[in-house]
Amino acid sequence: MNNQKNKTGFIAALEKSPSTDEFIKGLWKDNPVFVQVLGMCPVLAVSNTAENALAMGLATAFVLLMSNILVSSLRNFIPKQVRIASYILIIATFVTITDYAIQAISVELHKALGAFISLIVVNCLILSRAEAFASKNTIGKSILDALGMGVGFTFALLCLGAVRELLGNGSIFNIAIFPDNFQEWIVMILPAGGFFTLAIWLLVFNVFKK
Amino acid sequence: MTEVNTTYQSNSASSGKMLRAMVGIGILCALMIVLTYEGTLPRVTRLKAEALERAIFKVIPGTEKTSAFRYEENNGFSAVGDGEKTGKIIYAGYDKNEQLTGVAIEASGMGYADVIRILYGYDFTRQAVVGFYVLESKETPGLGDKIEKDENFLSNFIALDASLNDDLTNLKNKIIPVKSGAKKNKWEVDCITGATISSRTIGEIIGESTEEWVPVIFKNKEAFNAP
Repeated sequence: MNNQKNKTGFIAALEKSPSTDEFIKGLWKDNPVFVQVLGMCPVLAVSNTAENALAMGLATAFVLLMSNILVSSLRNFIPKQVRIASYILIIATFVTITDYAIQAISVELHKALGAFISLIVVNCLILSRAEAFASKNTIGKSILDALGMGVGFTFALLCLGAVRELLGNGSIFNIAIFPDNFQEWIVMILPAGGFFTLAIWLLVFNVFKK
Repeated sequence: MTEVNTTYQSNSASSGKMLRAMVGIGILCALMIVLTYEGTLPRVTRLKAEALERAIFKVIPGTEKTSAFRYEENNGFSAVGDGEKTGKIIYAGYDKNEQLTGVAIEASGMGYADVIRILYGYDFTRQAVVGFYVLESKETPGLGDKIEKDENFLSNFIALDASLNDDLTNLKNKIIPVKSGAKKNKWEVDCITGATISSRTIGEIIGESTEEWVPVIFKNKEAFNAP
């Protein structure tokens, strides 16, 4: 009981702090996938294995962080009339930089991720955070917002990827979980499986959130 | 009237300001991209060359050493050094006794998502394709990328028949992709259910490339003897 009180007190203190609130909201209260239902294209396309989901989540979080920093830095310089074009240019730049950086880290890694790095440009989560938050707030707050949203997005993708890979391939992160005679549910790694899994996670998340 | 004008002005930026902002951001973004590209290019080039070198060993079994050759219509094949690998390049593999084990040929074709670039090995003795490796692919993860992982599909390339006719000018039978489970002949590539376009593309790439290259490299086989 006492422990419960302490926990509540700690969470309440965290939520009262305006800076941590910027971070926490992306993880739970305004989770980009489970609450805002943003960026559904990569969420459904790339969550067929836990490895792909993690890689996509981290790459998106990096682009989100960098674009939020630049948009927030230039917020007083960009006129309202050309803001969307400017944000798209900034986002596309960081996606290109991420692509080159991954190539320079490992050709094998780039080969595994190459198919969906370019998808990050059209992730509406990044544009929405630039427009709704970074363009109106300080760099510090924008960094916290991007970190929260990025981690929240990665977490959601991992939730989907783990379930889909487990049922569709019998493994998680390529580590076999079920015995050899397990009959894989191929539908789970196909697009339909993405919709089924997302629906179930939305249900679970909303039950817990209430 | 004056009030309306004042409100309009406060909500809008001048054309000059908009232009400055767009041009400024454009220059900044271009600079970041170019600097990153230039900064990563030497390492990316080196890593790609190393990956290609490793791929040659994978597609020609028993290879211990490799050498690159450039093909020119008039001069045939001539050995080239590391910095000269431009044009039509074929890689020859040699065993520990410096005996020719086969050649590796680069080929590409349009897959489901983008161009698929592969390297495949050709064995002179067996007159067959003896391995292939995907160098570059953007096929759908979990589906199209089965071309690299599906054991049944990869078994097509253990000894895929690419033998020449009697006058050594053409393949006896062109390599062709067939539906999953429909393979009857040793020059057919059994495709993958669920990755039909990607696997069919591999069959077609190898079919087109062997038809073009095998008669040429067979005719010039002596040029590949260990330098």
